[in-house]
Amino acid sequence: MAYFIQQLINGLTLGAIYGLIAIGYTMVYGIIGMINFAHGEIYMIGAFLAIISYLVFGDMGIVSIPILLMGMLVISMIFTAAYGWTVERLAYRPLRGSFRLAPLISAIGMSIALQNYVQISQGARVKPIQPVVQGGFQLFTQGGFAVQITYLQIVIWVLTTALMVGFTYLITQTSLGRQQRACEQDRKMASLIGVNVDRTISLTFVLGAALAAVAGLITTLYYGVIDFYVGFLAGMKAFTAAVLGGIGSLPGAMLGGLMIGLIEAFWSAYFTIEYKDVATFGILVLVLIFKPTGFLGKPEVEKV
Amino acid sequence: MADTVIDTKKPGLMVGWLDLGAMLKECVITALLSAVLFLPFIALHADTGGSGGLVIETRWDSWAWFVLAAFVGRALLVVWRENPSSRTRDMLAKTVVTPVGGFFRKNMVAIGLVALVLAVLFPISPFGNRYSVDVATTWMIYIMLGWGLNIVVGLAGLLDLGYVAFYAVGAYSYALLSQTFGWSFWVCLPLAGVFAAFFGVILGFPVLRLRGDYLAIVTLGFGEIIRVILLNWYNVTNGPDGISGIERPTLFGLEFGRNAAEGGTTFHDFFGLEYSTMYRVVFLFYLILALAVLTNLFTQRIRKLPVGRAWEALREDEIACRSLGMNPTNIKLSAFALGAMFGGFAGSFFATRQGFISPESFTFIESAVILAIVVLGGMGSQIGVVIAAFFLIVLPEMAREFEQYRMLVFGAAMVAVMVWRPRGLLSYRDPTILFSKITGRKSTGREHQA
Amino acid sequence: MSTTAEMLLTVEHLTMRFGGLVAIDDLSFEARNREITSIIGPNGAGKTTVFNCLTGFYKPTVGRLILNHPKSGNTYFLERMEGFKVAQVAHVGRTFQNIRLFGQMSVLENLIVAQHNVLMKASKFSIAGLLRLPVYMRAEREAIDLATYWMDKVGLTDKADWDSQNLPYGDQRRLEIARAMCTRPVMLCLDEPAAGLNPRESLELNDLLVSIRDDHGIGLLLIEHDMSVVMGISDHIVVLDHGRKIADGDPAAVREDPAVIKAYLGEEEDEELPPEVAQDLATSGTGGKP
Repeated sequence: MAYFIQQLINGLTLGAIYGLIAIGYTMVYGIIGMINFAHGEIYMIGAFLAIISYLVFGDMGIVSIPILLMGMLVISMIFTAAYGWTVERLAYRPLRGSFRLAPLISAIGMSIALQNYVQISQGARVKPIQPVVQGGFQLFTQGGFAVQITYLQIVIWVLTTALMVGFTYLITQTSLGRQQRACEQDRKMASLIGVNVDRTISLTFVLGAALAAVAGLITTLYYGVIDFYVGFLAGMKAFTAAVLGGIGSLPGAMLGGLMIGLIEAFWSAYFTIEYKDVATFGILVLVLIFKPTGFLGKPEVEKV
Repeated sequence: MADTVIDTKKPGLMVGWLDLGAMLKECVITALLSAVLFLPFIALHADTGGSGGLVIETRWDSWAWFVLAAFVGRALLVVWRENPSSRTRDMLAKTVVTPVGGFFRKNMVAIGLVALVLAVLFPISPFGNRYSVDVATTWMIYIMLGWGLNIVVGLAGLLDLGYVAFYAVGAYSYALLSQTFGWSFWVCLPLAGVFAAFFGVILGFPVLRLRGDYLAIVTLGFGEIIRVILLNWYNVTNGPDGISGIERPTLFGLEFGRNAAEGGTTFHDFFGLEYSTMYRVVFLFYLILALAVLTNLFTQRIRKLPVGRAWEALREDEIACRSLGMNPTNIKLSAFALGAMFGGFAGSFFATRQGFISPESFTFIESAVILAIVVLGGMGSQIGVVIAAFFLIVLPEMAREFEQYRMLVFGAAMVAVMVWRPRGLLSYRDPTILFSKITGRKSTGREHQA
Repeated sequence: MSTTAEMLLTVEHLTMRFGGLVAIDDLSFEARNREITSIIGPNGAGKTTVFNCLTGFYKPTVGRLILNHPKSGNTYFLERMEGFKVAQVAHVGRTFQNIRLFGQMSVLENLIVAQHNVLMKASKFSIAGLLRLPVYMRAEREAIDLATYWMDKVGLTDKADWDSQNLPYGDQRRLEIARAMCTRPVMLCLDEPAAGLNPRESLELNDLLVSIRDDHGIGLLLIEHDMSVVMGISDHIVVLDHGRKIADGDPAAVREDPAVIKAYLGEEEDEELPPEVAQDLATSGTGGKP
C-alpha cells in the first residue's frame, strides 16, 4: 500500500510535466489542425534554458532559492516562447493551405534541426546539476517503507496548478482566449470580423512554448540531468496524453498527462521498466483505434 | 511583387527599386530576434568544467557572427524578393531550371539507361577502388530504401516515419533465418521481404484508417517499439550486442571468402584468380544495384496498374475514392506492405553486407534520413531520389569533418524545401496513360493546359 | 423497355442527429428508376446530409434506406453498409458540392480510377497486370473505351491528357459526373451540379442529365438550387426545410405548394409567432404527406 501511494505521488509529478507539454500540442492542434512535431524539442530547449539560466544566476552569485527559481522560470519561459514564435513563423506560417503533407514534413524537419542545433551548440554529453530544492517530509511508514513527498514535488504541484488556473482564465475569460476560440471554430470567419488570425496563431505557439518551458524547468529540477534527446520521448508521451484526453481539449490534455504519468509510474513499479515506453505507446494506438476522440474530446464529423 | 503593390506610405530612402529604409527595418528586426534566440545557445555554453560540474563558457564572438549572418541573410532575401526586374530569377529559370527540368522529363528513360550503364561500368572503371565502390554500395542502399518509401509517401501519400522498422525486420529476419536454419542468402532474401511485408500488414491494419498526421506519429512510435524490442528481447535478438557472423551471399554457390566452407568452392578458385577482398565488394555492389533496379522497375510498372493508380487517387482525395467504391484500407495496406517489402529486402542486404547487425543501426535518425531523401528529391520522383541520396549520403560520407552538421542541415533543408516547393525539388508527375498515345486520336497536348 | 418506372430507392423515417442538432427529422420519400428526383430546400435544410447518409458517409441515427437494384434484383439496406460498399456493391454513384477530382491526375486517369474494382478483379492481385496477361490487357482496353465514351459525351476528349486540376470549372463539374458514371451506377446522386455554371453550361447540363436518365436508364437524385434545372428536368421533387419534408410531388404541384412558397419566401407573421407554433403551421401546411 505504502509503495502504491509513493508511486501515485511520483506518477502525479510526472503527469504534471506531460500535461504541461500536452497543452501545447492540443492548443496548436485545435487552432490549425496540425501536430506540431517540433513541440518536444521546444520543451527540450526549455529544459536547457533552465540549466543555462541556473548557471548564469550562480555566476552572478544569487543564492536565494525562491529568487533563483523565479529567475529560471521567467528566463526559460521568455526565451522558449521566442523559439516557439520563430518556429511557427519560419516553418508553418508559409505553409498554411499548402499540400497536405507539407506542414507535417516541415515540422519533422524543424524537430530534427532544433535537436541537432542544441546538440552542436551545447554538446552531446548529459548536463547534470546539483539539486536546487532539497528535502521533504515523510507522510507515513508502513512495513519499513517510508512514503515521502519532497518539497520539490510540492513546488511542482503548486506551480502546475497555478499555471493551469491562470491559463484557464486566459482562455475562457479574456479577449485573447475568445479570439483563439474563434479561430478554432472558423479561421476565415474570424478574420472577417476583425480577429488578427496570424497574431492569434503566433500567440498560441508562444503560450504553448512557455508552458513547455515550465515542463522543461520542472524536468531539470526533478531529475537533475538532461540531454539534447529528452524532447523526443517526452514529446511522444505528451502527444499520447493529448490524444488520450481528447485532442483539442485543454482539460483533456491535463487529464491525459496525469494518466500517462500514473501509468508510466505504475508500469515501471510493477512491470518491466524496459518496456515502459512501449506501454505508453500501446495506449496511444489503442486509444486512436477504439476512441479517437479521447476522454474529453469532441467527436469529429467528417466534412464531405 | 514590389511593382504590383500599391503602397500608400511614402517610400523612404530609395536606391533604385530598393526601399533601403524598409529593408533596414526588416534586417534589424531579424538581427534582434536572432540575438535573443542565439544568446542562450551560441553566446553561452553549459560546459563540463574541471570538477565535473557544469560551468558557463561564453562565446560572444560566435554570437556576433551569427547575428551578423542573420542580418545579411535577411538583406539578401529582401533583395531577392523585391528585385522588380527579377533578372536573376528569370535568368535562373530560363537558363537552368526550365531546360534542365524539361531535359529530364523528355529523356527520362534514356537518362535512366545511361545511369544504369554507368553504374554497371563503375566498379571496373579507373574510379572503382575499394572505397568508392563501398560508398556507392551505401548510396544504392539508400536509393533502394528511398524508392521503397516513395511507394508509401510519394504515391500513396501516407507519411511513414517508422520506415526503419521494416529495414530492421528485414535485417533481423535474414540474420535469424540464416543462422537458425542455415539457409542461403537467396532463400532468406525473399523470406525477409515477405516477413517485412507481413509486419507492414500487421502494423498497418489497425492504424491505416487513422488521419494522416495520426498515422505519422503512430508509425514513428512503431519504429521506436521495434527498436526497444530488439534491444530487450535477449533470447532472440541478443539485445544491444546484436548478431554477428551473418552468412555472406554466394554467387551460384561460389563463395567470396579466402577459403571455402566445407564442400564449397570460392569465387577466385573457380575462375583461377588471385584472392582479393575486392571481388566481394564488387559483387555486393552489383547485388544491391540489381535489387534497386528491380525496385524501380516494379514501381514503374505497378504505378500503371489499377492498384498504383488507386494509391495516387487516394493521395489526391480519399473521400472521392470511397464514393467510387474503392476500399481505402486495402489500398493503403497494399502500399504499406509493398513499401515494407522493399525495406525488408534492403535490410537483408544490409545484414549480409555488414555481417553484423545491432539495434544501433535502426534508430529514428535512419527513418528521418530516408524520408528526407524522398521529400527533398520530390515525392513520387524516381530520379529525385537518386540525386537526393547523393547529397544526403555520398557527400557527407566524403566530407566526414562536417559529419556533426549533417542532420542539422537535413532538418533545415526539409523545412526550406517544404516552404519553397512543397512537393519536393524534382517533383514531376508523368500521367500513367496518355490518350494521345494509345488512340492516336487528336487531343490537345498537356502543354496547352491552362 | 417498360415505361412504368419501378421503385429504386425507398427512404423510411430517416433521422440524423449531430449531438443536439437534428439535421434530418423523420424524412421519408421514394425515388423511381429512370426518373430524376430533385431534393430542394433552403440552405441548411439537410439536403447534403441526406446524400451523405445515402452514400455511406454518415450512419443515420434512425431510419431505413432501401435500394432495389434493378439489374440484379437484389435489395440493399444502405444504412447498414460500410461507406465504400454503397458504391461498390449497391452501385450508388455520387458527385460532391465542392468538386472532388484527383487533381494531379489526368482526365483519362480520373475515369480509369473510377473503374478500379473491375480492373482490380481483372488484374488478379496485380499479377496478371504486372505480367501484362491478355485477361488484364483486355479489361484495360474496355476501361479505356468506357472512359472514351464518357469523355466524348461530356466533351472532354480534347483535354483527355490534361491534369484535372487545370480544367476550367465547368469541365471539372462534367468530369466529376463522367467519373461517377464510369462506376456504372444504378443510381446517381448529384450534389449541386449546376453550381457555378453559366446559363449555357447549365442548359448543356440539363441535356446531359436527361440523356443519362433516358439512354442509360438509371435513376438520378439531384440537389440543386438552380430552379431552371430543377423545374426543367425533374420528374419528381422533394422539398426539405429544417430537416423535414414539407412537400413532395411533380414540379407543377410543388411550385404551387403554399408551404414551399413560405419556406422560400418567408411569411411576415412568422416573426411574431413563437417558433413552435410556426413549425406546427409549417407541418400542417404540407398536405402532401402520406
